[in-house]
Amino acid sequence: MTAHAEPERELETETETMTVREAIRQALREELDRDEDVYLVGEDIGRFGGVLEVTGDLWEEFGDERVRDTPISEAGFMGAATGAAATGTRPVVELMFSDFAGVSMEQIMNQMAKMRYMFGGKAEMPVTVRTTEGGGMGAASQHSGTIHTWIAHFPGLKAVAPGTAAAAKGLTKAAIRSNDPVFVFENKMIYEQQGAVPTDEDFTVPIGEAAIEREGDDVTVVATQRLVGESVQTAESIADDVDVEVIDARSLYPLDTETIVESVEKTGRLIVADESPLSYGTHAEIVARVQEEAFFSLDAPIQRVGTPDTHMPFSPPLEQEVLPSGEDVREAIERVA
Amino acid sequence: MADFDIHSTAGRLEALRRMLTIRAFDEEAGDRFADGEIPGFVHLYIGEEAVGVGTCAALDPDDYIASTHRGHGHCIAKGLDPKYMMAELYGKAEGYCNGKGGSMHIADVDAGMLGANGIVGAGPPMATGAALSIDYQDRDQVAVGFLGDGAVAQGQVHEAINLASTWDLPAVFVVENNQYGEGTPVEKQHNVDNLSDTAQAYDIPGLTVDGMDITAVEEGVAEARERATAGEGPTLVEAETYRYRGHYEGDEEPYRDDAEIQRWKDRDPIDSFKERLIDRGELTEEEFDDLQAEVEAEIEAAVEYAQEADRPTPDEAYDDMFAEMPPEIERFATAARARPDGGERISDSRSSSAQSSDGGERSSSAHGSDDGRQGGDRR
Repeated sequence: MTAHAEPERELETETETMTVREAIRQALREELDRDEDVYLVGEDIGRFGGVLEVTGDLWEEFGDERVRDTPISEAGFMGAATGAAATGTRPVVELMFSDFAGVSMEQIMNQMAKMRYMFGGKAEMPVTVRTTEGGGMGAASQHSGTIHTWIAHFPGLKAVAPGTAAAAKGLTKAAIRSNDPVFVFENKMIYEQQGAVPTDEDFTVPIGEAAIEREGDDVTVVATQRLVGESVQTAESIADDVDVEVIDARSLYPLDTETIVESVEKTGRLIVADESPLSYGTHAEIVARVQEEAFFSLDAPIQRVGTPDTHMPFSPPLEQEVLPSGEDVREAIERVA
Repeated sequence: MADFDIHSTAGRLEALRRMLTIRAFDEEAGDRFADGEIPGFVHLYIGEEAVGVGTCAALDPDDYIASTHRGHGHCIAKGLDPKYMMAELYGKAEGYCNGKGGSMHIADVDAGMLGANGIVGAGPPMATGAALSIDYQDRDQVAVGFLGDGAVAQGQVHEAINLASTWDLPAVFVVENNQYGEGTPVEKQHNVDNLSDTAQAYDIPGLTVDGMDITAVEEGVAEARERATAGEGPTLVEAETYRYRGHYEGDEEPYRDDAEIQRWKDRDPIDSFKERLIDRGELTEEEFDDLQAEVEAEIEAAVEYAQEADRPTPDEAYDDMFAEMPPEIERFATAARARPDGGERISDSRSSSAQSSDGGERSSSAHGSDDGRQGGDRR
């Protein structure tokens, strides 16, 4: 796993350095402490601690009722979480791998996403779904998908995809406190990435706000998840030649169009770096919004960095071939800068 | 305690009234659909009244039910007001869902009605979830998931019952076996003699009751409710019943004949319950006729209310997507409100003169286009 440190930033609040994994766990712990109606639901999240060890020791702290192991039954527990959210509690689901949305999609798209609307606003849906995405572990095609475009695309669902430890904590907490269904897409390759995280228990990151992770004047890179850190590293490595601004989109739906547009108005150049497949996707959405609002600020064709419409293969050389990286971001910058 | 106690005379008369209300509502809904007044799809509950009312007779008012696409009967059994139901069928702003749901999605979560559901088999996971909330917060309630015989073959139904039984949740699953999953008979969809046999897979009680007999249904569900509230987990109750109408209005029903339908009508749940009440001296023919007339007048009033109620304004299409509206939708809502026709509700009664002056254009837009509707005897 990528074990680099995030760039140091000046934050106004007190912070502690921790990994993305620890930041998410801290968010879960704080929200379990804060609100008795919050509980965790998922496969092997209890004594086992979660297959990628995110829930860790929370079961020991909070017990069976609040850290609930489920049968291997994604449609069942996704549906139960939907019904529970509509009837007064605030479930936080761990969907072990985002690929498993496939077996629970009916409850996600026809129930969770539509209930409030179909019922004329007379149903609350305070449910959070955390799930892990991405290649890089040799987990092959059914455990490495990046599916957040489906969810961000589907009306009635909100989707966030943090690229830093602080965003991971703040967005997880905001998702749990939201009265809307929010999917938190964690990238499995950055669980070990370290960053400064505010320790204030009321720290949240508002859903729908991007963050400028590195300021620059020449090119804007809008990145998500693992590619945020890799884009910042790339930007530093070429800083003598080109001044790159890196934005962590953080929230995919709603998307902070304003921050992105303002940056492009300054730089005139845009790269969109996101691990999802390139066609009909997250990249296209960001590109469309920029051309709608900042077309006349563009000085060069917009570039996309993503997975070239393949599934994630198993063998390391194959996986490395299709997995987008900081190197791909550098090449994209060179094409336009 | 149920809001009507079927173990008392008054409660039995209320049960009879609800069954009559369901039948009158659905007969009227069928006619108004055929007239072209009600858009969309309509699935009628006629013939199955004893199952919905018998089930709700065994429930407390704050218990939950999760319904199916054939949900009108469940709504009325649970105590929803036919007036707002009919307004919903008409797509009016005053309907239960402000006109966003229609026949297949009527809901009133505050009244414990978690929604009719257009997806076969999607209700049981919802009931399991409501039971999870109840269990988690130690509330004295149960959640009932209604499902049809066809839904028993759905994977998510298995998952929902397995989860509820593994966690001993206070849920009851009521299978309305009306003999057909759409047009396919039950024996061609399942390999068990009774659908309640599937309960064995979860080590929970499974019982099959006569779904044409309201007291048999009430008894079965009451037993299930007692187990659920005692922390003993869910029960699967199969009620054998029959729908007199097609799967949907307009269904040509090539899969059955009149003789079969008549055999079930001979055991009509309303007729038989009425006879029993007369035999017990709790009801006279005259009193029944009065009750029937009252119910019919109520449904007639519901139709009038629905016909005259306000239509939603175009900008309301953007409401209720989220608790917190994202800018992506807000901009469309703002634009709609700024249009001359965007934000003003017009009731059909008040707009009748406007309709004559604009050639009835409003009427056709409010009722949707005609294509995509299913067959039927329409104008």
